[in-house]
Amino acid sequence: MSVVAAALAPVHQHYLVQARQMQALSFVAHIPLVAFAISFPAMVLFVEWLYLRTGDPLYGTLARRWTRVVAALFAVGVITGTLLSFEMGLLWPNFTATFGSVFGLGFAIEGFSFFMEAIFIGIYVYGWDRLSPRAHLASGIPIVITGFTGSLMVISVNAWMNHPGGFHLRAGKVVDVHPLSALFGNTYLWHELVHMYIAGYIVSGFVVAAIYAFARLRGRWGRYERTAIAIPLTIAALAAPVQVLVGDWAGREVATHQPIKLAAIEGLTKTTRGAPEHLLGWYTEGQVRYGIEIPHGLSLLAFHSWNAKVQGLDTVPPSQRPPVNIVRISFQTMVGIGTLLALLGLGYLFVRIRRKRLPESVWFYRAVVVAGPLSVVALIAGWVTTEVGRQPWVVYRVMPTADAVTGASGIPVGYATLAVVYLLLACGVAWVLRRLSRAPLDIAPDEHGV
Amino acid sequence: MLKALPLVFCLAGLALYTVLAGADFGAGFWQLLAGRGSHAERVREQAHHSMAPVWEANHVWLIFVITVFWTAYPEAFGSIASTLSVPLFIAAVGIILRGATYALRSGTQNRRELESIDTLFAIASLLTPFALGAAVGGIASERVPVGNAAGDMFSSWLNPTSILVGVLAVATSAYLAAVYLAADAARLGEPELERAFRARALASGLVTGAIALGGLAVLHSDAHSLYHELVTGDAVSTLIVSILAGGATLALVFARSFEAARYSAALAVAAIVAGWALARWPTLLPGLMVQQAAAPHDTLVALVVAVLAGGAILFPSLALLFRLTLTGRFDHVGEGATRVTGQVLSASMPKLPYRAALACLIAGVGLLNVAEAGWAHALGVVSLFGFIVIGFLALVPGAFSREEAMTPPRADEPHGPT
Repeated sequence: MSVVAAALAPVHQHYLVQARQMQALSFVAHIPLVAFAISFPAMVLFVEWLYLRTGDPLYGTLARRWTRVVAALFAVGVITGTLLSFEMGLLWPNFTATFGSVFGLGFAIEGFSFFMEAIFIGIYVYGWDRLSPRAHLASGIPIVITGFTGSLMVISVNAWMNHPGGFHLRAGKVVDVHPLSALFGNTYLWHELVHMYIAGYIVSGFVVAAIYAFARLRGRWGRYERTAIAIPLTIAALAAPVQVLVGDWAGREVATHQPIKLAAIEGLTKTTRGAPEHLLGWYTEGQVRYGIEIPHGLSLLAFHSWNAKVQGLDTVPPSQRPPVNIVRISFQTMVGIGTLLALLGLGYLFVRIRRKRLPESVWFYRAVVVAGPLSVVALIAGWVTTEVGRQPWVVYRVMPTADAVTGASGIPVGYATLAVVYLLLACGVAWVLRRLSRAPLDIAPDEHGV
Repeated sequence: MLKALPLVFCLAGLALYTVLAGADFGAGFWQLLAGRGSHAERVREQAHHSMAPVWEANHVWLIFVITVFWTAYPEAFGSIASTLSVPLFIAAVGIILRGATYALRSGTQNRRELESIDTLFAIASLLTPFALGAAVGGIASERVPVGNAAGDMFSSWLNPTSILVGVLAVATSAYLAAVYLAADAARLGEPELERAFRARALASGLVTGAIALGGLAVLHSDAHSLYHELVTGDAVSTLIVSILAGGATLALVFARSFEAARYSAALAVAAIVAGWALARWPTLLPGLMVQQAAAPHDTLVALVVAVLAGGAILFPSLALLFRLTLTGRFDHVGEGATRVTGQVLSASMPKLPYRAALACLIAGVGLLNVAEAGWAHALGVVSLFGFIVIGFLALVPGAFSREEAMTPPRADEPHGPT
């Protein structure tokens, strides 16, 4: 496909790879916070609701302590998200200049969603003991709703980048623009949205559970810890197997709409009927080496059919193929971890339902401690699969990433600065979460609010 | 008209961002100048507590301006962001550091930690408005041409007009913050803090006014066409409004009418933003008129509808937040702090929810993973969500009632036996 004209004249950017890495770093820092923002407030509200129903001060304490975590992580999410919106112009001015009128609406609506989220987080966090219990609980509901609408809007833009529509290009200008059908009439939106929304619950569920599992391994196992682990772990345990089913759906959508991405996920060079799937291994010289072959595996997974034809990488020129090993390894990381998390979840549900108690094995809690960070890794690996798998296009088969990049110099300086700032930020977040978790457990209403 | 409306939204958002978030930044300025000792500590605490509940909401005005602008005037946005990438990146780093200190402050345990975090906060609070102001100065003095990084990377924002606007942004922030903090101190009944912030408001108000008037001389030599429009064109009325409102604010602060001073100070700043827009109208960037730069019709209609509908939800919510903050509901523990009493949940674990959850799961697999039609997938997703929600409600309350209801709450004993 020939290079299309863009709104601003494309320039040669020597540091294109660094610009992409800087963008990737910004996403990697932001995405786990998004996962928390869309799911954790719902858990806090559930605990507060239990508190109002039972009057048991333990729930009150738990909800208050979790509220502080919500407040701290939301603040960090606000700033890492702000950087992403800046980078739309700082790194990819030609993408925004050419297509802002097509996808921009999604972000404008997301702006309002974010606004409501920020307002009600302020009210909820500072409203403990200042508002009536019912009003306080109600003030948390918009946070849960805007967590969903926010991800709907942002993912509608990502889905459009992967499966663009709702416009035509004429001499570098978009014409016949229909932003609503571009963003929300896109069949590619729904599996991405559901996949990410469930991932949010899996990540915050396993990460929070991991903290209390760690406490148990250290010998702290009071009623507080048992309550605090049961809620996130139950959600994660139910969501993780469902994610496997949703992932199957997502895979078939990718197979239909982005065959080259699918070919990169498997490392399939030639178009094949009854294509096999390889576990592990390394893609080199047009084939996967050292992998475990599952005959007909790819056809079955991608099309639910024994002999389905799967399009190979060689149907497009090499310059239009994504970097196969990055996409392949990310995908296998996501699927591998996702499968293990689903098994762990099923194990938990089995014990919980059949024995009517929490698991007692030390190994179970060790596994949960590991599952927390692994779930974050799977989340990031999933986004790497879809975003690197979209390359070399920023708008799939319409605009190459190389045409979108800024002509400004100094990308390496910005990249290095951001890396240092985010390293400090990560240390700061770890420090503050540790401090919050070590604050003495106090059942009486907290006089300080936050 | 339709093509200009999003620009009006952006400018209104920019004015609100300057007035509301500007005060947050200014609070950092006063923290930096507070010095040491117990009085200084109270100044810093007050500066933090007034802003903590509202800073995130105030910050979102910037996101609003950016997203509306790139949707409505994408080409202008790409040109501005690429040429002014340095000051915008500095502003972004400042925003990151500032927001991080809000998150980190909740973990501090002693004065030393608090002081170092407040210092970082204060430095970032100076950096961000200066960098954003310098970027605005570059646009106002016509140093941002249309194109991908077509302007100079440094002189576009390191020039007399940019430095003037940057310094003015810092001074305005400090001034607004002092007025707001004096009002808060008066509400809290803290006469000593009120005196302290009143003095700061008067001093910074005079300095800001002097910079703004002296800045006209800078514009005269560096951005003559802007100067010419400001003093002779339609914009002259906004200049007069700004001067009058600024003067009125000083008088109100002097007379201790802080609440009224909040609004007149905000008016003085908003008038400057309006003046800039009127002086430049209808040019967005050199050679690019608002009419040419605007997005296609459908996008503008959808955007305007979204902004109006969003505003209809947003403004009542913002009013609620500010009412709670400004009436002092967040200052002290109020009547809401009553102990909650409820009943222990039912101890039984009914069978029915399990069966319902299982039914949802099976239906979900059939509809999502076996069926092919889009409607089936939608129903399948709903079924799977049903599985998670019903399963959760069936499992979780039981966890506590069954195992725990018999034991009285003993959460004062977190290190209990296994």
